[in-house]
Order: sequence, then structure tokens, then C-alpha cells
Amino acid sequence: MPTKIEVRNLSKSYESDKGRLEVVENVSFTVREGEFVALVGPSGCGKTTLLNLIAGFVRPDNGTVIIDGTPHSKPDSRGILISQQGSVFPWLTVRENLMFGLNAHPPADHADIADRYAEIVGLKGFEDSFPHELSGGMLKRAELARALVVKPDILYMDEPFSALDALMSLRMRNELLRILAKERHTVILITHDVEEAIHLADRILVLSSRPTRIQTTFEVPFPRPRKLTSSASQELRMSILRELGVERDAIE
Amino acid sequence: MRHIKASLPSIAVIATLIAAWWAAVIATHSLIFPTPAAVVTGTWELIAKGTLWQHIAASLMRVAIGFGLAVCVAVPLGLWMGWVRAAYRTLNPIFQILRPISPIAWIPIAILWFGIGDVSPVYLIFISSVFPMVVQTVVGVHTIEKRYLRAAENFGVSRRTLFTRVVIPAVLPQIVVGMRIGLGVAWLVVVAAEMIALHSGLGYMIMDSRNAGNRYDLVVAGMIIIGLIGLSLDGLMRLLEGNRWVRWRYAH
Repeated sequence: MPTKIEVRNLSKSYESDKGRLEVVENVSFTVREGEFVALVGPSGCGKTTLLNLIAGFVRPDNGTVIIDGTPHSKPDSRGILISQQGSVFPWLTVRENLMFGLNAHPPADHADIADRYAEIVGLKGFEDSFPHELSGGMLKRAELARALVVKPDILYMDEPFSALDALMSLRMRNELLRILAKERHTVILITHDVEEAIHLADRILVLSSRPTRIQTTFEVPFPRPRKLTSSASQELRMSILRELGVERDAIE
Repeated sequence: MRHIKASLPSIAVIATLIAAWWAAVIATHSLIFPTPAAVVTGTWELIAKGTLWQHIAASLMRVAIGFGLAVCVAVPLGLWMGWVRAAYRTLNPIFQILRPISPIAWIPIAILWFGIGDVSPVYLIFISSVFPMVVQTVVGVHTIEKRYLRAAENFGVSRRTLFTRVVIPAVLPQIVVGMRIGLGVAWLVVVAAEMIALHSGLGYMIMDSRNAGNRYDLVVAGMIIIGLIGLSLDGLMRLLEGNRWVRWRYAH
């Protein structure tokens, strides 16, 4: 598979009252086309900043992001960000939200395309609903559908399911895998949930605490659908938790 | 039924007030201050003569023109000041100085510039309702959540779409709040303005009733009618808040 994203020596710091705060320090890695990479790190380590740098929402102090061989510095619809709080427009219906990004298509098709994607994520029958009429899980589906409808090459996911309850989060993961099996997107997922990373990703990069650096890389060799209870995946989970500095006693 | 029950206490308070008023007039043997019955007969007299409708129509017409002009100026100006930082920095100080000036203080200047006629009260209504609406609109733009602007940026929509599908709908609830405040102020001001310099309108009717033979029954009738119309105007603006375009803001 060809390289899709190349992150080269990214660094970012912020000025604060207490002086310079290094958030991201010299991060480099590559993502292949169609690959699912999870970045796992402790909270407050600068994961979100790193993702915003890669997606182009924040300018780095140093380093570049190269997508499809060309430097990338501004967000565009080839890579859609899905964040933890979500950004489905509350003043638009589900259908209008899904139609929002469809500039490139002839206007006549917009509603049809939107409805097709609403059906893909299981929102058939809710096209005319407003976001405040939907549950948390359905809102996530709408967000996912709005991203997919513009056929992005890349999905940037920043703890997308962490605001949901455990059951709904698991359901959304399976939903995501089902969709990705059909439409091959490249995904970078930020999470603090090791189990989620093992469930979804092809490769897991463990980040250090701030300033964030890549500490270790784990390949996830298990075929899909994955059994999270298998001893091999439990073994991997413990190795990752150990990397994250969780005490041995606490996990065994 | 529940609705009626909920308003029972306030009906009781109003009834008590009217009874106390009645008793006080009788007890003091006042020759000038009217009893509630006198106010009702006075109102009936105004209705029978047909002058009441003329005064109400005159006041409402002035409010409609002055307030309408204020909306047309305040909304675009507020959006512009909210969106363009330089515009905000330049104009905000002036607005902050002009805003606390009571509309009543403008009356001499209004008379000087526009004379005694319909233009003066329209100008006073304009000047008094435009500021709260500008301020609310600016606040509305400044409080659009970043995640929505970021999502719009992500989908790479045109400036036009950004404005019509994100900025304006996001600010609309604040604009409606501003309109409610603005219309309330406008109604206060039209009556005050008419008291000073006109030959029609509810404010004029009140002053004229006093000057032409101490008809305090008509003065009080005018006051109550002003209160009731103000209440209806506010109710009308509340209906706007239930509109599908702003309802999302009040859900949850």
C-alpha cells in the first residue's frame, strides 16, 4: 500500500503565563493508504493538538504533514475531523447536515445522496429530525454520516465515542468497522481507551506524556472480527498499558 | 385546566389590587382619582367615540416603522461587527457610550432635528431599540461555538454557505432575544415621546385627558391599555422563539 500521510518532525508549543509549554515534540510517522492507526496516550498529553496539527487546523512550529505526496497545511474535505463533543449543526435537520458539505455534486442529487448515507449509518426515518431530537448514539451516527457523505480519503477521529456509554460505544465501534469494510478510508484515531484501539486499529502508536512523542509502536496482527477476550489481545493490552506506565499490580 | 389553575394566584392578586384600589378611592372620597368602574366606563366612551383605535393605531404604526428600521440596521451591523474584528474594535466603544443614554434624553434633539410630527417618535424608537439589538447580535456571533465554525471550515464551504448555513442560523436565537428587548424598549419610548409633542397616540391621549379637564379615568384607562398592548407585543416575540429556526436553542 502506498503512503497516504507522512508526518515529519512535527513540533508545537504554546506561550502561557508560566512560560513556554511544549505540547508536541518532534513527532514523525507514516500512515499507509487504507490503514487504521490509533494514537494512544495519557489524558492531557497533547493528543488532540497532534491530531489538529495533522488535520491542518493548527499550524505547527516545525515540521510538515505530507498527504498524497504534497504538503498539507489547511483543512479540506479530503480529511474530515470527528471530535469528541461532536459538531453536527443543531439548527439543521439530519438531512440538511448531511447535505452541508456536498459542494462538488450537482445540487439536484444532494438530498438523495444524504438520504443514502443516513440509511448506511442506520438513521433511516430520522432524516427530518433535528439533532436535539436524537440520542447520543444517533448523533454520532449523524456525525459519521456527514463525514462519509463527502467521500473523504481520511477520517481524523478524536475520541469519537468516549462521550457514549460503554454499550453504545461498543456498538458504534462495530458500526464503524462495518462501514470501513465497505468504504476503505484511512483513519487516524485518538483515544485513551486501549481496548478500543485494539478493537479497531491496524497499528497502535503509544504517546508519551507532555510534550508528546511517539514512545512505542504496536502492530495489531489479529484478523477481524476481533475477539477482545482472546489471550493474545489481553497480552497486547497489558503490554500497551505497561508502556503507558500503569502499574503491573493494577492490570494483573 | 392545569393552565387555569397555574394562573389562579396571579388572577387573585390582580383582583385583590383592584378591590384595594376601589376601597381606597371610596374611603378617601377622592373627586379626581377614578374608581375601576369609572375607568371601565371611560374606556367604553373612548371605544364608542372611535378615538381609542386611532390612538392605538398611531402608536403601533410609529413603533412598527421605528422598530422595523432598527431591525434592518441592527442585524446586518451586528453581524458585521461580530464577524470582522476591526469593525468591532472601531465601533464598539461608540456604541458603549451611546447605549446608556436614555431615549428620553434624545427628545429635545429629536424635536430640533425633526420637529413635532411623526418623524421624531420614529427616530426615538429607532435610536432606543437599535442598540440592544446590535449588542445581542454581536454577542451571538462571538458566542458561536468554535467546533461548528471548524466543521464548516473542514467541509471547505464557500463564504456564502458559511454565512447562510452556519453563522446566521447560529446567531438567530440571539437576534430574536435582541428583538424582544428592542420591541419592549420601543413601546416604552413611543408612549413617552407622544406625551411631549404630538396630537395622536396613546401617550398623547393620556396627556390630553389630563389637560382637558382632569379626566383621570381616561389616564388610567390609557395606562392599562398600554400595559396590555405591551404584553401582547412581548407575546408575539415569544411566538418567534418557538419558530423552527430558533427552537433548537431552547431544546434540552
